[in-house]
Amino acid sequence: MAEAQLDTAQAERKLAYVNAITEGVREVLLEQPDAFVAGEDVAGAGSVFGYYQGLLEQFGPERVIDTPISEKGIMGLGIGAAATGCRPIIDLMFMDFLGECMDEVANQMAKMRYMFGGHAKLPVTVLTMSGAGMSLAAQHSQSLEAWLTHLPGLKVVAPATPYDAKGLIISACRDDNPVFVILNKLSLALEGPVPEGAYEVPIGKANVIREGTNLTIIAFSRMVHEALQAADQLKEHGIDAEVIDLRSLQPLDTDTIVASVKKTHRAMIVHEAVRFGGFGGELAAQIQELAFDYLDAPIGRVGAPFSPVPYSPSLEQSYMPNAKRIVAETRRLIGI
Amino acid sequence: MTIQATDAVLLDMHERMVRIRIFEEEAGKLMENGKVPGALHLYVGQEAVASGVMVHLNDDDHITSTHRGHGHVVAKGGAFKEMYAELYGKADGYCKGRGGSMHICNMEIGMLGANGIVGGGIPIAMGAAFAKKYRKTQEVAVSFFGDGASNEGSFHEAANMAALYKLPLILVCENNGFGEYTRQDAHQAIVDVADRAAGYGMPGVVVDGMDAIAVYEAAGEAVARARKGEGPTLLECKTYRYYDHVGVRGMGLSYRTDEEVEHWKQRDPITMLESRLVEQGILTKRKITNIHKRIREDAKQAIEFAEKSPLPDPSELLDDVYYVQA
Ligand SMILES: Cc1ncc(C[n+]2csc(CCOP(=O)(O)OP(=O)(O)O)c2C)c(N)n1
Repeated sequence: MAEAQLDTAQAERKLAYVNAITEGVREVLLEQPDAFVAGEDVAGAGSVFGYYQGLLEQFGPERVIDTPISEKGIMGLGIGAAATGCRPIIDLMFMDFLGECMDEVANQMAKMRYMFGGHAKLPVTVLTMSGAGMSLAAQHSQSLEAWLTHLPGLKVVAPATPYDAKGLIISACRDDNPVFVILNKLSLALEGPVPEGAYEVPIGKANVIREGTNLTIIAFSRMVHEALQAADQLKEHGIDAEVIDLRSLQPLDTDTIVASVKKTHRAMIVHEAVRFGGFGGELAAQIQELAFDYLDAPIGRVGAPFSPVPYSPSLEQSYMPNAKRIVAETRRLIGI
Repeated sequence: MTIQATDAVLLDMHERMVRIRIFEEEAGKLMENGKVPGALHLYVGQEAVASGVMVHLNDDDHITSTHRGHGHVVAKGGAFKEMYAELYGKADGYCKGRGGSMHICNMEIGMLGANGIVGGGIPIAMGAAFAKKYRKTQEVAVSFFGDGASNEGSFHEAANMAALYKLPLILVCENNGFGEYTRQDAHQAIVDVADRAAGYGMPGVVVDGMDAIAVYEAAGEAVARARKGEGPTLLECKTYRYYDHVGVRGMGLSYRTDEEVEHWKQRDPITMLESRLVEQGILTKRKITNIHKRIREDAKQAIEFAEKSPLPDPSELLDDVYYVQA
């Protein structure tokens, strides 16, 4: 169902991001007999974030499977099962644990189809949790999307809203490629309209979440909400910002980005990940390649400083990008 | 040859165990009252393991720990003040507030850190053991980890290398019956993690982890073997955590019964050791009460210290990302 076709009554139903995830996974398990969920504490506990709660009761232990703490094994299970007829949903509790299974992801999952001359198909979806803000320190707070977007063969999406969380999970699981769905822990309680039933949010299509005329803020995941706040605050400085929620990082909707920048003539890129070497660098490069003549200001980037995520709230607060930083950086760039 | 615990050793172990218990009880209260940020994984119930092993170690023997690391720091000789300050995320903490509960360390006493990555400490301890052999010292390295961690590749790779190179490493598996909310029989097809030792060519020993003296004796043999250059040992201590996986009451999931918790508390490691100390006339009940009081007072003062300690200044955010070359 396309967004425009949603009937309003349905769209008014509000759901938290965490419950939207559950609904997305539930729809997939209902429609795809070969789909199952596997990961650490996904069944009995319903995930430490609670987003699989009720699924064990509904679908049974054959389809909602607690695994040992063996990320390399879990990821391998997903790849091998996907290559031989299943449609696994693999849960990687924290994105930081990519370190434990990066060979499976980078050298096997991402490349198998290509290396095999197209003779393998890997319909596997990985749900994983990113983000700082809960004093979980350096190994439980990272945003490592750039590790994934650098790997040809993977698709990578990062929902900012409950609506997109459900829709992107369904699209990811219907896709016959490996797709990473990067969730955000500070967004779990965020509420928003979510229709009942199955619907897709297309992978590779950005969402212009707010229209504006003289600045484009490009963000994804939780930073979309900081960007929206920043846009509000920028009004008093004469800036009418358009905000693009990328939703999908790979494939990337450059058309929507470029069309917006051609209209506004300025671009500000925001992500929570470390700025240096982050996905924002790719965005900036694409924009200058495709819309150089339209730019009235240097392309701005807001991201985390070049340090691991600190534990102490006083440090973590100054570490994380937020609306205030977006406003300050925009004003500095434009000179207002 | 069993290594007999002297009266002094029994008292030493008791002191360490009570210090851990009280540190953790107070830490649990702080978390439940929202005084400290983040997630604390508490060690209450498992005190005999850290203490029974650590009494054999010196400051230059290194240990690695887990997400459930406070007990290891305390048993290795960590100070309450710097520990609580770290849990508060304060500037006076062992990690200057940057690491918190899951990364708490003290290099001066050979404590190579708690670890947020399950199994993350095991290869590091193996590397420390390698350095000890390489430098021809008599020192040993010890890695503490859970039953859940024994399913990580890191455990298997480190165990194999330690045996291959005959490293002075003691792998201490604290089998508390669960990895988070998953019972051991739902995460591995064996009962004794120590069985895995055979696959790598090292001795595997199972010991009652609620009995400090049993842990002391078994650890003593493993440490002696390592110091003599005879290689690693896998020591499995059967134990139990009284609190939830995170915090005290945690997520309130019903993955185990109250009866089961009570059953284990019947064999509380501290109570059992105290009975023994009283029976043998090493301590009186009165003296025991005073020890608890003194340590509780230490904890209270350390918490006050932590409360008053300043938060790290945001201007220090980028310090220590790199060693600054002179
Ligand atoms: C690599 C990795 N995977 C998963 C986790 C999440 N996690 C934290 S503690 C834990 C359970 C560990 O169980 P065990 O090793 O038995 O130690 P215990 O908690 O019982 O002390 C899990 C799965 C993690 N921190 N690191």
